[in-house]
Amino acid sequence: MLGKGSQRVALDETDWSGLMLAVRDGRDRAAFASLFRHFAPRLKSYLMKSGASAPKAEDCVQDVMATVWHKAAQFDPERAAVSTWVYTIARNRMIDMLRRERRPEPEAMPWDEDSEPDQADVYAAAEDSRLLSAALADLPEKQRSLIQRAFYGDLSHSEIALETGLPLGTIKSRIRLALDRLRAKMTES
Amino acid sequence: MTTLPTIRHHLNDALLMGYAAGHLSEAFGLVVATHVTMCDDCRARLESYEALGGAVIEAEDETAVSTDALARMMARLEVPVVSASPKAPRKTSLPSPVSAYVGGDLDAVKWRALGGGVRQAILPTGPKATVRLLHIPAGQAVPDHGHRGMELTLVLRGAFRDATDRFGPGDLEIADEDLAHKPVAEVGEDCICLAATDAPLRFAGFMPRLLQPLFRI
Repeated sequence: MLGKGSQRVALDETDWSGLMLAVRDGRDRAAFASLFRHFAPRLKSYLMKSGASAPKAEDCVQDVMATVWHKAAQFDPERAAVSTWVYTIARNRMIDMLRRERRPEPEAMPWDEDSEPDQADVYAAAEDSRLLSAALADLPEKQRSLIQRAFYGDLSHSEIALETGLPLGTIKSRIRLALDRLRAKMTES
Repeated sequence: MTTLPTIRHHLNDALLMGYAAGHLSEAFGLVVATHVTMCDDCRARLESYEALGGAVIEAEDETAVSTDALARMMARLEVPVVSASPKAPRKTSLPSPVSAYVGGDLDAVKWRALGGGVRQAILPTGPKATVRLLHIPAGQAVPDHGHRGMELTLVLRGAFRDATDRFGPGDLEIADEDLAHKPVAEVGEDCICLAATDAPLRFAGFMPRLLQPLFRI
């Protein structure tokens, strides 16, 4: 476990997962400030491209990052990279702000909160995220922009590219494995 | 909700991407969330699309936030938030995303007769698409219909067959304009489905067409 006063180790500025755990377990404000400096300008771009005005995007960024601080206990590095977790918070906030509809959500999986995190899973989730970012960067500009536009809501349903050219299948199999293990554990108990 | 290993008809990538990106209508979103609740495979696929959303954020240009944004943020952390402790969802026979819209379990559904023993209950959502629960008695058919837009039909209980295949619990049929179909509930058990449409259905018969505005189908 990270955090807690004297045990704290110097954290790499780009180790988002480590920083997020310092926020979660140590309520580390400096770590939070680093996360804010990294994510806030990117979230603002994403929100503005998704149709929010600059002031609205700015407010939304504050709400999203406040949620990151207050709901930090829900961050699980075995399940998702920090960027994925932050993204889902931003997406949900954007729907609430712009659409004023209810947002149907799948039933939450009862992830086993008591057990020690499996370091291999933590590593795999971070590695997935790194690979995916690298793969996205390597795509031809046209294809990358298509994927980005799908996230901004610029594509109609039928225009959404089905072939992303990204290693999504690999991630899916890993998550699927984790789900299988969890189901097996739940059946045992 | 236990996952159903026998599911054969799944969400397609466009729906998963649309949900992950937050751009599906509320009605379609409810069908996706319900299928994902019943299907581990599609939950895993959805989470990988959400990871793609994370990668899109990482790849974003940086738009400068106002100079006092960080200071305001840090000040805001001081203000304690009172958050309602999340209620553990009551165990219902309906998947929890559906029971949230019904406001309870199956016995809380306000059914309306649709003819031929078929009953429906339209769930309250935003206006861009409509979602309903359908109760089809064992062995009965839903009137023959086509669609102008897209129709998603998710089986919650029982099973139905149409010209394309058999659909059991957790199976999702994705029908577009080209499919005119007549779902028939299997003999033995009533079939309960969650069905969403983004345009009114087209019924083949004359009488159902007359009744259509009345029933909002």
